[in-house]
Amino acid sequence: MNGPILIVEGLVKHFPLRAGLFHKQTGEVKAVEEVSFDITADEIFGLVGESGSGKSTVGKTLLRIYKPTKGIIQFKGMDVTKLTRETLHSLRKQAQIVFQDPKSSLNPRRSIRSTLEESLIVHKIGKNGRDRQKIVADLLGMVELSPNYMYKYPSMLSGGQRQRVAIARALALKPSFIVLDEPTSALDVSVQAKVIRLLQRLQVERQMAYLFISHDLSLVRTIASRTAVMYLGRIQELAATADLFTNPLHPYTKTLISAVPVVSAEERQMKPKNQSHEGEIPSSINPPSGCAFHPRCRLAEQVCAQELPDLMEVIPGHFVRCHIAIDALSANTREIHLVDSIQQKASNKITRR
Amino acid sequence: MDQYILEIRDLHVYFRVYEGISRVLDGVSLDVREGEQVGLAGETGCGKTVTMKAVMGALKIPPAIIPKGEVILDGQNVLKMSAEQLHQLKGTKVSMIFQDPMNALNPVFTVGTQLFDVIRFSNRHNSNQGKLSKKELLNRAITVLDEVRLPDPKRILTSYSLELSGGMRQRVLIAMALVNGPRFLIADEPQTALDVTIGAQILDLLSGLVKTMGISVLLITHNLGVIRETTERVNIMYAGQMVEAASTALLFENPKHPYSQGLLASVPRLTGGDIAEGIRGTVPDYTRAPSGCRFHPRCDHAMPICSQKKPPLTMLKPGHYVRCWLYAKEGEVE
Repeated sequence: MNGPILIVEGLVKHFPLRAGLFHKQTGEVKAVEEVSFDITADEIFGLVGESGSGKSTVGKTLLRIYKPTKGIIQFKGMDVTKLTRETLHSLRKQAQIVFQDPKSSLNPRRSIRSTLEESLIVHKIGKNGRDRQKIVADLLGMVELSPNYMYKYPSMLSGGQRQRVAIARALALKPSFIVLDEPTSALDVSVQAKVIRLLQRLQVERQMAYLFISHDLSLVRTIASRTAVMYLGRIQELAATADLFTNPLHPYTKTLISAVPVVSAEERQMKPKNQSHEGEIPSSINPPSGCAFHPRCRLAEQVCAQELPDLMEVIPGHFVRCHIAIDALSANTREIHLVDSIQQKASNKITRR
Repeated sequence: MDQYILEIRDLHVYFRVYEGISRVLDGVSLDVREGEQVGLAGETGCGKTVTMKAVMGALKIPPAIIPKGEVILDGQNVLKMSAEQLHQLKGTKVSMIFQDPMNALNPVFTVGTQLFDVIRFSNRHNSNQGKLSKKELLNRAITVLDEVRLPDPKRILTSYSLELSGGMRQRVLIAMALVNGPRFLIADEPQTALDVTIGAQILDLLSGLVKTMGISVLLITHNLGVIRETTERVNIMYAGQMVEAASTALLFENPKHPYSQGLLASVPRLTGGDIAEGIRGTVPDYTRAPSGCRFHPRCDHAMPICSQKKPPLTMLKPGHYVRCWLYAKEGEVE
């Protein structure tokens, strides 16, 4: 078992809303609220949620594409929140990202070679052009494209091929961590299968950790070892993926799983029954009081509107943020690990090292 | 005997392009019975949208060429209709729901303005009614918005599409589609642009309405889960050819065509487990479409005959048809 490569504690990201002549701040979009989790060096960590849940913002903040408002991000002992322009370089070398839409994340005026070469030049890898050309050819080989592709332009490639190029670009600096932000949601299912297989193979071969962000629950089920479910900026449930899907505790997780259209009878059987899919995700400018899900939750009680539940470890390794689920479990099980939240676990890990 | 609301027979659609002739649809056949929900599944670029446009009489000719085939909608051949007849059809019998509710509504007019337009259009083609008064117009609008369970319809009517969420916009579009009391509805990826819980709401709403109103539906989507959960029969399309058609339960349990098999194996499952390797290769360029079975360059079971002759439609058992040389002996239809 490897130790954590990334530790996130109480991460907060608010975006200011400005209006008027002097761009006075009129409010805040509370995109990410007190998010804590850790990722071990050899795992694929899934992050699921609907649009507006803040999952992409978490991914981008981890890599300092956005500056966090508050919180701690420790990556391989580096404090990511305190990096300056110069020291960000070393983070970029070890942590990369693949975006959702390869059409817009690749520059259409640049050849594939020029796209893949850029980070090599910036980080002074390869002595000369010929050296770099060889590295580029190797990178293309890694994503199962022929070296000839380096002379092509993004418009000449299919969606799947473009996404392979985007993956090759992320691999160029031999990172140990990649944020995959919906890497296959723009692809057809047969192409998605190939890209997912490629990502799985690369993860094992090159011993990387992934943060796999997706709205596709079945896909996360297939690829991730642990999964966190986000709703309105907060993690609502976090568990080993198999546990999360076979024993979802949070009402939102249940709703989400039951809403997935599935193809087989076995899948239909495992879906939580009698779930309602009513309501929509509220605005993160004025989130509901207490538990953010309470206006849509059928089990909601008075306490849900008043108090924000903690993310509690109710079964070893299974965390949930819900008054009702925690009460139900404590009635049944004699001993619950009343570990305050995952934060404490994460900080234990820091002190241990 | 079952009544067909839609019959597509051996439809060929070509497009004149700079490189020559792009042979997009190569003999597509499909039918929908009265009151039935039928799925049309296939990946990007397989010709789903062209098929749908042909049914709605929305193909521009030229550049489109229709050398062969017919589309019979409620007893009439759509391909031979005049513009006026098409309007009549759309005003009274047929409706459509589009994929992207953002683009299907005009952002500079209120929802009300656009909904009133649709109601007036439909009314114009219902000869037995005179011109609608303002009050009648408003009442009809509120009734359809109620049917799609939109809260506070009066406020919705004065809103612009930007002020509504994706799910609400899709409900407005469904309301518009219901205005003419359609007998046949084409739903083109109605849930794709929406979140999973919102998508489930929309699909629940649609199938409820369709059942109570007795509307027949052709659901076009690339999402196999949606097809599995909402349709009774399904047609799988690849590169402009229909490769397999069967009752939904039958096809999902026991897909026969190598393409259907590859497609289903690529779907990630809620129960976990690895997904298959996908299907090698890519969808062909239609100006140089492969001869014979268009899937043969990507097929693991390809035989010499596959590239020479288009396979016949074979009936494996009643209601399960496949177009593949592997099964050609078992019971030819054509």
